Amino acid sequence: MPIKSYLAHPQEGKKEDLLMALSKINHCEVIPAQNKDVIVLVTDTESEIEENILKEKLEAIESLKLFSMVSGFDTQN
Amino acid sequence: MCITPTNRRSFIKKMAATAAMTAAATMFPGIVFAIEQEANLPSGNDLDWKKGPCRFCGVGCGILVGVDKGKAVAVKGDPNSSVNKGLLCVKGYHQTMCIQAKDRLTHALVKKNGSYVRTPINEALDIVANKMKETIEKHGKDSVAMYTSGQSTIPEGYVASKLMKGAIGTNNLDCNARLCMASAVTGFLTTFGADEPMGCYEDIDYADYFITWGNNMAEMHPVLFSRMLEEKNRRGAKIIDFATRTTRSSSASDKSILFEPQTDLAVANAICHEIINKGWVNKSFVEKHCNFSKGLTNIGYGLEDKFKFTDKPEKIDFEAYKKFLEDYTPEKVAKYSGVSVKDIKYLATIYGDPNKKVVSYWCMGMNQHTRGTWINNLVYNIHLLTGKISQPGNGPFSLTGQPSACGTAREVGTFTHKLPKGVVTNEKHRRLAAKIWKVPYGRIPAKPTYHATEMFRAVDRGDIKFIWTQVTNPLVSLPKTSRYRPAMEKDSCFVVVSDVFPTPTSDVADVILPASWHIEKSGLYGNSERRTQHWDKMVEGPGETTPDAWMTIEVAKRMGFGDLFPYSEENHVEEIYNEYRQFHEGAKHGMAPLDVLKKQSGVIWPYVDGKSTQWRFNAKYDPACSNGEDFHFYGKPDGKAVIWQRPFEPAPEAPDDEYPFWLNTGRVIEHWHTGSMTRRIPVLHKAMPSAYVEFHPEDAKMLSIGNGEKIKVTSRRGSCILPASINERGLPTQGQVFVPFFDENMMINDVTLDAFCPISKEPDYKKCAVRVEKA
Repeated sequence: MPIKSYLAHPQEGKKEDLLMALSKINHCEVIPAQNKDVIVLVTDTESEIEENILKEKLEAIESLKLFSMVSGFDTQN
Repeated sequence: MCITPTNRRSFIKKMAATAAMTAAATMFPGIVFAIEQEANLPSGNDLDWKKGPCRFCGVGCGILVGVDKGKAVAVKGDPNSSVNKGLLCVKGYHQTMCIQAKDRLTHALVKKNGSYVRTPINEALDIVANKMKETIEKHGKDSVAMYTSGQSTIPEGYVASKLMKGAIGTNNLDCNARLCMASAVTGFLTTFGADEPMGCYEDIDYADYFITWGNNMAEMHPVLFSRMLEEKNRRGAKIIDFATRTTRSSSASDKSILFEPQTDLAVANAICHEIINKGWVNKSFVEKHCNFSKGLTNIGYGLEDKFKFTDKPEKIDFEAYKKFLEDYTPEKVAKYSGVSVKDIKYLATIYGDPNKKVVSYWCMGMNQHTRGTWINNLVYNIHLLTGKISQPGNGPFSLTGQPSACGTAREVGTFTHKLPKGVVTNEKHRRLAAKIWKVPYGRIPAKPTYHATEMFRAVDRGDIKFIWTQVTNPLVSLPKTSRYRPAMEKDSCFVVVSDVFPTPTSDVADVILPASWHIEKSGLYGNSERRTQHWDKMVEGPGETTPDAWMTIEVAKRMGFGDLFPYSEENHVEEIYNEYRQFHEGAKHGMAPLDVLKKQSGVIWPYVDGKSTQWRFNAKYDPACSNGEDFHFYGKPDGKAVIWQRPFEPAPEAPDDEYPFWLNTGRVIEHWHTGSMTRRIPVLHKAMPSAYVEFHPEDAKMLSIGNGEKIKVTSRRGSCILPASINERGLPTQGQVFVPFFDENMMINDVTLDAFCPISKEPDYKKCAVRVEKA
């Protein structure tokens, strides 16, 4: 049951698009910075399979330049 | 904390978000998430936000702890604190999570027939008091000792000093700040006659250049570094990293200059040579406000037991100083420092330009140095020669490592030579202490006894037969633990350890006392910028955990000193602080009343007429200046600071054929000191689970060492096995390895050398010789 947090960096001028795209995806919570082009993304999935499916969805977002993982927890432990 | 799976899950999600916001704060200085932080707190909770200082480093960030139904459930930066303006680092955000560790010490443990037996706290305190008393009766008052901490609160340090020096009448009190700040103290005292920095963090808002001397601020003082980066981005301030290893700070700086270990002494002199040679000396400042002196040379390294040294200062003139510097031309120094002539001149140009404001920052790189006092003096020389001192954006600034190394160790004075005001060798200071403590003047001994290293040597020799450690973990943090661990295991010494968690030090204790953690008690800390910060108890501690100050008071009472410790359990912090304030009355060190500290996020001393003094010694800001000039270094009898003639002298142990690498040790951003708290915080432990030995890639290639491979690091003292780290966190220079010391399972201090600065008695953890081989 992984919980992970990421920093999501948008393509130039696409922060709002990225925010909207991330908000629509299940298992995602987003916290945009007020004054910088970066979004904190927290993912909460039930299994590794679900996690991998989610990753694929995220990587397909066009307004996303890159996302880097900051922390990861397995809540079963 | 949260017990249901749902709550636990939402708590972890919040922590994951916090970790990401912290990482973002490092990458984007000034980034704002504040509204979201609050919006994402668990709904339905009526959180009570209580203010205090962070538990960890010496920066002294203001924190707000969210308390729900008596439990600490969240931490955020205090937006009202001028120190951190709402920012926190990764340790700060997660600090309260260690309270829930499963192995928390909740009850006293007494060793009986080789096993620890849970014992009521009152009974354990009886044992401690009886043993201390009995040892004094049998072996004399200098057979007992206390070893405390720069993490002790001001009241904790104060009652320890009063018990040892005022009640018992021994100077056998020292603290772990000896291991991190003693050279800064002797540097300040020899140059200015008054301890602690003259400036404050607001200097960051004005400086054009920040020059960091052997100081990885991005990891050790991340919030201050973040403020510097903000100024770099906002108005083009420049950061110059001068160090022996490439770190995260180097990468974020405008320029990184590397030097060979120990040669910072020579480079500082070369900068002064260049400043004089180019005519950049601020002549009127130097003539009005500075004297020149020299001290003894070839002063030794303290490697032998009972080492003694007393400097013999001698006044010299500017011409003699100038002549001395002829040995330190940039060309001569470049040959052995590894710093190019161009870079030495570049540094001198920055300091020498009268139109640029410069702050120098340092911490352990300069202090943990066998010539620590000297290198502190030499950086002051640069600022004094150019008159760049005690003004907004201009000044030398020694950063502290621990949250109250200044407030407790230095100001209360938990060193063997110190008193709450002044030193034991000064009759006036002893008389003041005797008066406030209400003890006979003759009871306070006039001679210092054991500094930290010598204290543990005395344990090893059998001279100390009872030792009580509080808020510190010396068997991980002392140098050469390969000697001091067996010393503490000897039957000749009765060991009492007060702590929050089990540590390698509590493992050798005869009695373990369960201490309250930070927010489970009230207290006061004093940070690097002379800011005193108060907090009220926020949550109840588990079991029979008790504040360290109260345990000391209880032992004092049991030893028959109850009349000297008339404090109440409910209100002892306030009562002790009010008594302590009397020591510092006046314009030079006046401290704010407690009601002011309760309302504000810290107050800088000297606190005069309801106002903090941000820049000492400058008549524009400091009401204690009384010589009618712009500046007044009133710590010295003639009001003048001293420019010291101090030479380069080599380290006591350097790489050779048998031990061909320098060993440098230090910290990482995730862990606080010996890791006893941060290794119990899952997010921090997972981020940095174990120590490592860092190699330069060329050295690794030469030795055919791969990342993660087990390596044995061996010195003349001992050895330690760690995984190799290549091109990861930091990059040592060729011929050097770096190891962080937070990991009690990989005891690098078994390997380090217990050489120290003969003036400050602070050990050098940054330089010794080792060999490395595959384990």
